[in-house]
Amino acid sequence: MRRLFDEELADLDNSFTEMGMLVSQTIQKSVQSFVDHDREGAKAILENDHQINEREAAIEKKTFEMIALYQPVTTDLREIVTILKAVSVLERMGDQARNIANSTIRVKGTKHIASVEQSLGAMGEQVATMVSTVMEYYIKNDALGAEAIADENQSLSKRAAQVRFDSVEGMKEDAELVDSAADYLVIAGYLKRIGDYTTDIAEWIVYKRTGKIIELNPGYNYFI
Amino acid sequence: MANNIDLKPVSEFITENAPERFILDMNSDKHEIAISTKDLQVYYGDNLALSEGDLSFERYKITSLVGASGSGKSTFLRSLNRMNDSVATVNGNIMYRGVDINTKAIDVYEMRRHIGMVFQRPNPFAKSIYNNITFALTQRGHYKKQELDEIVETSLKQAALWDQVKDELNKSALALSGGQAQRLVIARALALKPDILLLDEPSSALDPISSAQVEDTLLELKNQYTIIIVTHNMQQAARISDYTAFFHMGKVIEYDLTRKIFTRPKVALTNDYISGNFG
Repeated sequence: MRRLFDEELADLDNSFTEMGMLVSQTIQKSVQSFVDHDREGAKAILENDHQINEREAAIEKKTFEMIALYQPVTTDLREIVTILKAVSVLERMGDQARNIANSTIRVKGTKHIASVEQSLGAMGEQVATMVSTVMEYYIKNDALGAEAIADENQSLSKRAAQVRFDSVEGMKEDAELVDSAADYLVIAGYLKRIGDYTTDIAEWIVYKRTGKIIELNPGYNYFI
Repeated sequence: MANNIDLKPVSEFITENAPERFILDMNSDKHEIAISTKDLQVYYGDNLALSEGDLSFERYKITSLVGASGSGKSTFLRSLNRMNDSVATVNGNIMYRGVDINTKAIDVYEMRRHIGMVFQRPNPFAKSIYNNITFALTQRGHYKKQELDEIVETSLKQAALWDQVKDELNKSALALSGGQAQRLVIARALALKPDILLLDEPSSALDPISSAQVEDTLLELKNQYTIIIVTHNMQQAARISDYTAFFHMGKVIEYDLTRKIFTRPKVALTNDYISGNFG
C-alpha cells in the first residue's frame, strides 16, 4: 500500500514540476511575442492555454483522490496540500501570460519606446527564471532558497516601477506614445503579479518543508 | 489570528537535527493532571518490556497510545490500573491524586473503581444487561433497588445505549451486537463512577458503524472522564484524541498534541510510523 502511495506521489510531483516548467516557458514566450510585436506567437499562446488549465484540473483531481484513498498525514499530507495550493497559483500565472498575449494582439500603437520594451523583455526573462527557480526549490525541498525568492521579487517590483515611470514620462512628452505606453503599464502589472505568485509558491515550499505558514510578500507594492 | 502566520526567518524553522525523542511537558500549572507515571519500568521475567515511560495525562481529555505490536503501549496501559501485577514486575511511580498507586499498600480493587478498564473484545458477563451493570456494585456494597435502577439508567445513557435497550434490560447481554456489547462494557465500567477510563483497542473488533458509535460515546464521556486509549487505528487516534503518545520498542518516543503529531511530528520515527512508512 505504501509503495503504491509513494509511486503515485512521485507521479504527482512530476506532473506538478512539469506544469511549472510549461508555465515558465509560456510566460517567456508571451513576453517575447509582445516585445517582437509577434501576433502569431501571441495567438499560439492563447490556443495552448487550455493545456495549462487541463493540467491543473488533472493534478487537482489526483490530489483529491490521494487524500480520499490514502488519508495522508504529516510530510505526505504537506506535500499533497502544497501541490494542491501551488497548482492553482501556476494556473493563475498562465492566465497572466494569456493576458500579455491578448495585449500583444490588441496593441494599436505604431510608435514605441524601445528602452521600455527592452525593460519589459528583461522583466519577462527575470520572472520566467523566478518561476523555474522556484520549481527547482520545490524539487530540492529548499525552504531557504524559497525564502530568497522574496528578494528577487523586490528587484522585479523596482523594474516595474521604472517601466511605469518611463511610460508616464513618454506619454507626457508625446501623445502618440499613449496607446503603446498604456499597454506597457498593464504588462508590467501582469509581470509584477506573476512575481508575486512565485512568492506564493515559495511560501508553500516553506510549509512543505517546515509545516509553518509564512508571508513572503508583505504588501509593499511599487506598482499598481 | 496573529499566530497563524509565522514572521520569523525560515532558517529558524528548519531543524536539520530532529530530536530522537520529544515528550510534551505537561505543566501542572496549566493542565490539570489526572494521572502520571515516573520512571515506569515493566519486566516480563528478565525481559524489559517498557522503560522511560514518564507521561502525564490531562484530566477530561482523550489520550491515544499508538505504536506497533510489542511497542509497550498496552503494557503501559495495563500497568496504570495494576493489571500487570500477576504477570510482570512493574517498577516506578504511578501518581493518582497525589498518591503513588504502584505500592503494596494500595487496595487494588478499590483503586480500579477509580481507574476502570475496557478491553479489546466486548466481554459482557453471561447475565442480563441489568445485572452486567450492577454485578460489581452488589458484590461490594449494599444498594437499594431504586439506586441500582438509577445507576443502570445513567450508565447506559452515558454509554449511548439506553435508548436501544431500555425495554429489554432483562435480556441476556450475550444477545447484543458487537458495538452494543462494547458500549455495555463501557457502561459497566462507568457504573463504578471511575475517574479514568482505560481502553485497550476498544473498537478493533467492531465494524465501522459500531466503531463510530463507540468513538461518539468516548467523545461524550470526556466531559466527565479522563480517557486513555490504546489504538492501532491511526485515523481513530486522529479523530478522537487530544493527545497522542507514540511507543516504539518499549519507550515513549513522542508525546504531544494529536494535531501536532499528525501534521508536524518532531521525531522522524513518529513521522514514519504514523504515515505508514515502515520500510
